[in-house]
Parts: sequence; structure tokens; C-alpha cells
Amino acid sequence: MLLEVRSLEVSYGDIHALHGVSFEVSQGELVSIIGANGAGKSSLLNAIMGITPLAGGSIWYQGKDISALPSHERARLGIRMVPERARVFPILTVYENLLAGGYRRPKNKAFEEKLEWLYSLFPVLAERRTQLAATLSGGEQQMLAIARALIAEPSILLVDEVSMGLMPALVDKVFEVLQQLNRDHGLTILLVEQNASASLRISTRGYVLETGTLVLTGTAAALLADERVRSAYLGI
Amino acid sequence: MNYLVTVAIFIGIQAIAANGLNVIVGYAGQISLGHAAFFGIGAYASALLTTKAGMTFWQALPFVLLITGSIGLLLGMPSLRLREDFLAVTTIGINFIVESIFQYIPFFGGALGISNIPSIRLFGTRLRGWPFLGVVAFFLLLSLLANRKFTKSCAGLACFAIREEETAAASMGVSPVRFKLLAFVIGTAMAGIAGALYAHTMRFIAATDFGFPHSVNFMSMVVLGGIGTLWGPTLGAIILGLLPEIFRPLIQYRMLINALILLLMIRFQPGGILGGSSVLARLFRRRPSHG
Repeated sequence: MLLEVRSLEVSYGDIHALHGVSFEVSQGELVSIIGANGAGKSSLLNAIMGITPLAGGSIWYQGKDISALPSHERARLGIRMVPERARVFPILTVYENLLAGGYRRPKNKAFEEKLEWLYSLFPVLAERRTQLAATLSGGEQQMLAIARALIAEPSILLVDEVSMGLMPALVDKVFEVLQQLNRDHGLTILLVEQNASASLRISTRGYVLETGTLVLTGTAAALLADERVRSAYLGI
Repeated sequence: MNYLVTVAIFIGIQAIAANGLNVIVGYAGQISLGHAAFFGIGAYASALLTTKAGMTFWQALPFVLLITGSIGLLLGMPSLRLREDFLAVTTIGINFIVESIFQYIPFFGGALGISNIPSIRLFGTRLRGWPFLGVVAFFLLLSLLANRKFTKSCAGLACFAIREEETAAASMGVSPVRFKLLAFVIGTAMAGIAGALYAHTMRFIAATDFGFPHSVNFMSMVVLGGIGTLWGPTLGAIILGLLPEIFRPLIQYRMLINALILLLMIRFQPGGILGGSSVLARLFRRRPSHG
């Protein structure tokens, strides 16, 4: 098991954001966690990345308990996140953002090749490599955030609400890229999404998060066919 | 001529300290309004080591760096937990505490300060005037080279990332603790060298030379010249150092003029004279490096 979350609790003061959340992600899977606003999706990813402290439970990665590690050490173990609203470094150039993403990696030929590969994956980033990240559109910033995470060759990619604020055509494009990364490059991906249909369509498995608890799980196909999911999240 | 050399020496010394502040505020994005404390710690360390321990300026220098750098490391710790306004207030507090320690503890000379600080000697000659200016220029150049190297390095990039988006930086493997403290150590060590040079040119120091108004002055230099730019703090030090000399007849309005310049600056050129969007910077724009 690559990532295993055991009865996770997260609270902000008196407010319980997550209670008793347990799930796992195996090598090579693309898993979606869908839920409405305020269900605790971002808290969940932030807890895995080490940005939000745990109030209980534990997180296991490659068989080790990482619950006590600060986020930069988790990042070094190969966990990378595409944060909500991209969070690129606004007054660094696109290229510098990517360099920062590859922090602690030797800037050798392999790095250059990786960079070229990312530029071919997102040609718009190649065009704008010398532009400040703040001047990119919302969609381009999301692509930059994905590229910035990928350049470090993560073993698991956490993606937080990548569809938020993007126009539908771009949402399709971004999900297509994620699917391609998972299918063709074997990258393990954990998606949290409000856009249930788009994310389940590319996933192998999924979970439904409601007010801090996982209420439903199954293969993506089963969830897409599930009556409760259809009425609550797909609007059918 | 002598007068001009003296003015240049003071400008150079303040520019070194301002370059140090730029590492902390400009590169790592950690607000510090207590920089004069470290300028003072360097001055006192060098003064005590030369007057009480009988060292020469050059022998004392490594210890001055070590002392200010390690106190910088210690007092940089609040930046690990505090952001922006809280950090600003904390660093002001640190400045007052350091100033009162110098003021009230007899070991530091109390209100009388420390006098008879020896001049700097090089190859047996006492350095005054031009030769001393040469030493100051040498250290100023060193601080500029260090900053240039820092901004091009991996550590510099890590600092920029923390300045822009701390959590995103941490989730890419950049340790905020390490790089914030690194910036404090480098920045305060530069203030320490500047303070030591100050002590040996004045040859008399007292606690009030290192009070909060001086911290504001250092910050003004950085903001005026261009926060986070290589040459900005030096330019700021030159302008704010020359103004009181040029407007000597208006000396009692000095603070008023300084405040006016800063306000106009922040209103019309918030990035400073050499900042990214300023008129001057656009003239000298070089394209950023390609990937």
C-alpha cells in the first residue's frame, strides 16, 4: 500500500473538519475523493501533506508512519501536491517556479529532459517561460502548479480541486493530462474534487466525503452508477 | 575633502547594513524593524574585543561575525512562528531590549558607552580618511557580491519561494525553518560587520546609536532603493546619507523631508527606485534568464 490513512481526525478549534476518515491508495491507482463544499476535502489533502496538524489518527506512506513529519520532509519522500488555487510563486518566472519545484534535484541532463517533457505536455508554459507567474491566467497557473509538482518525479501526486475556476474546455484538458500521466506513466494520483463526473470518469476508484466522514466507496464505474451519487453530485 | 570622505564612509557602512537587511526582508520576506540591534551587537562585540581583550580589528572580525550571526540565529526564531505585522512588532521589541541591555548593564559601559576604541590598522599603519574608506568599500563590495551569489543560488531560490508562498514551498521540500534562519544569519552578520566598522571609525559608541530610529532608517534605505533588488539598498543609503548633507540648512526638517520622500515613494513607486516596475528599472531592463 502506497498511502494509508487511518481514522484521521482534523479540527480547527471546536470545529471538526474530519472525523475517523480511513482509506488507502495503492501504487498506480487514480483515486478520487468527491464531496461538496465544506465536506473537508482540502483539510484531508493538507493533513496528508503535513500542512494541517492532525487531531488524531495516523498517515502511513510506503509502510512508514509519517504523521509526525513536517511537510518539507514528506515532500522529500516523494509526496507532492497541486494546491487549491495553484499557489504558484507570483513574482518568480515560470522557469524559476519550475526550478523551485525541482529543489534539491541536481540540474543535470535528466532535469533538462524532464523540463522539456513538461514543456511539451504544457506548451503554453514553454511560451511563457520568462514571464512572471502572476501574469498567467488561472488555467495556466494550474498547469504550472501541476508541472511544478511533476518536475520532482513524485511517487504520489495530490491534486486539490484542480477544476475550480477553470472554464469547461480547460477542465477537460487538465483531466485528460492527469489521466494520461496515470495511464501512460504509472503515476499514482489522489484527486479531491467537487466536479464528481469529470473526476470519476478518469478514476479507478472513488470515495464520497460528506461533512468530514467517508460515506461511500467503490470503483469509479460503480459510483457513477450509484443512485445516491447520481442525485447528489451528478444532478441526474 | 576630509568632510566628503567622512560622509562617504558613513554611507558605505550604512549600505553594508542595509544590504544585510535586504537579505532578511527583500529575499526571505521576513519583516525586521530591529536591524539596528544587530548593527549595535557588531559594534559592541568589536569594541569590547579590541578594548578589553586586546585584539586587533582583524583578529576580532571572525568573532564579531560569529557573535552577531549566532545572536541573529537566536533572535530570528520568532520569524518561524510569526507573520508580518506580529513579526514587525516583535523585532521592534528586540531592538529596545538590546538597546537597554547596552544602556543598563555596566559590562557594556552603561550610559557612558565605550570609548577609546582603537583605529583599524593594516600593515602597521593606522587607517584614517581615504584608506579607511577603501576598507569600507571593500566590505561593501563583499556584501554586494555575497548578495548576488545568494540570489543566484539554490538557497536564494528557496528563500524566494518561502517569501512568495510559504506552504507551497514547504510542500516542495523547502524547509522554511532552515532558510528563514539562514537569511537572518547572513543578514545580521552583515549588520555586524557594518557595526564593527562604525565602532572603529567613531572610536566611541553608546547605546543610543543603535536605537529603533536607526532600524527605521535602515528599512527606509531598503524601501527607497528597491526592496529585494541588488543595488537598491546601496542606492537608498547614498540618497538618505547625502540628503541631510545637501539640506544642511534645513537640518531641523530632516525627519520631515525623509518622511515625505518615503511617502511619495510608496505612493508612486512602491517597488523602490530600482524595483521591478519603476521608471529606472524599465530603462535598464534585462531579460530574465532562459530555461
